[in-house]
Amino acid sequence: MLGLLSRRPPFVQVVPLSGRYIPKPGDTVIGTVTDVQGTFWLLDIGAPRWAPLHMTGTPWDVEVGETDRYLRVRDAVIVQVENLDPTGRIGVTMNGEGLGKLEGGTIVSISPARVPRVVGRGGSMIQTITRHTGAHIAVGQNGRVWVDGTPEAIRRVTEALRIIDAEGQRPGLTDRVESLLVSTAPTDRSGPVSPQRESEYRDAAVPPTPHHPVHEDGEEEPDEGDASDGEGSGEGPF
Amino acid sequence: MGSVGAKEVPVLLSPEGLRIDGRRLDELRPIRIQAGALRQADGSAFVEWGANKVMAAVYGPREVHPRHLQQNNKAVIQCRYNMAAFSVDERKRPGLDRRSQEISKVIAEAFESVVFAEEFPRTSIDVYIEVLQANAGTRCAGLVAASVALADAGIPMVDLLPAVAVGKVGGAIALDLKKEEDNFGEADLPMALVPQSGRLVLLQMEGHMSPEELAQSLDLGVRGCREIYEKMKQALRERYALTPAAGGAA
Repeated sequence: MLGLLSRRPPFVQVVPLSGRYIPKPGDTVIGTVTDVQGTFWLLDIGAPRWAPLHMTGTPWDVEVGETDRYLRVRDAVIVQVENLDPTGRIGVTMNGEGLGKLEGGTIVSISPARVPRVVGRGGSMIQTITRHTGAHIAVGQNGRVWVDGTPEAIRRVTEALRIIDAEGQRPGLTDRVESLLVSTAPTDRSGPVSPQRESEYRDAAVPPTPHHPVHEDGEEEPDEGDASDGEGSGEGPF
Repeated sequence: MGSVGAKEVPVLLSPEGLRIDGRRLDELRPIRIQAGALRQADGSAFVEWGANKVMAAVYGPREVHPRHLQQNNKAVIQCRYNMAAFSVDERKRPGLDRRSQEISKVIAEAFESVVFAEEFPRTSIDVYIEVLQANAGTRCAGLVAASVALADAGIPMVDLLPAVAVGKVGGAIALDLKKEEDNFGEADLPMALVPQSGRLVLLQMEGHMSPEELAQSLDLGVRGCREIYEKMKQALRERYALTPAAGGAA
């Protein structure tokens, strides 16, 4: 494995710089449905294996055999990793704050190793992107980022994410992303989106039904990002 | 070479002890390794080694297809070595043949001894090696490319696997044979080394050698592998913009 080595006798640890998403209990991840069975769905969360989401792990009152009335193949969801067993089985749940089915928007995939960069220290990066584009963003620990908003906003957020993915290891990233967002801002409303306009948009994006809770912008993610950020910066060349 | 008939054997070793392309007996061909050459794959590498050009892509660990190959205690390593139809002078008939099946098998087995497969039960690590241009030593070039690609894919391994072929040409033991030397030489001995332990995880031989020559060849090959090992590590550092002090392959 390629990564940064840290020695804490008697252990050595390698923090990976690349590779697939390796699930960890408590991670919030974004996945797509790859298979529908009688009592569960299989989700592709970018991990080594597909993760089963059991019908009891949802906020819905699902009857056996009626799973496809709630989620179908290719639907996107935001779920939490609950447990891992030694055979590599990944248990996920949709019960919890900010979890549920994702309606609309688009999903951008980046390297899982870059997730702390996308979130930024204390959520600074994600706040910068949200402020400049007015887009609605949810970051999964597995490197999948859900973006919703105007087509223009989605395009600009995607461009910013591509830069973070490609140049994540270099310093001064937030400034570069910010200047990109300023330079690509539409001419009729250059600069940050007004708070009023943003909240108008957000109200429209959140479906009123409690069955489909949509993740609020960066409310819990920054904490997770901050924690992993701290680990990385302690040993690495960041 | 100036040869007219196919039977005519070129002079492989000059009186001064230089080879057909001017190399000394213990000299490698120029090697250039690029880690992360493909965007789609989980890990990839492109190797130019003399006139060889080899691309490797790694996917996984991921779900096993076909399912019956799944192992419930570890990942399976599946390897596909393939030569492009245009990789050699005379068009190579595309697809699997006995030779590529054999090479795929020995490369997969070499990796089985260094990858921590138990970390990813019921999954598959898929290694694809495509030879775009061939000039002897493609299994070694493929192994080197695949090894860098596995590291690029973030797959935990004991070590990288440098590989090289040693052979006997014009009566002398020579490192890293090129095509003419392989075709007209007396023996060919490809090997892959685990540098940290000094163990060989691939060793094949074609032709004839005395036990003394074999011992000498193994020595020479191991030294060649260590030289290639440094180039592999350097390629990975360049890919992740690391200085030697800050990190490395582990």
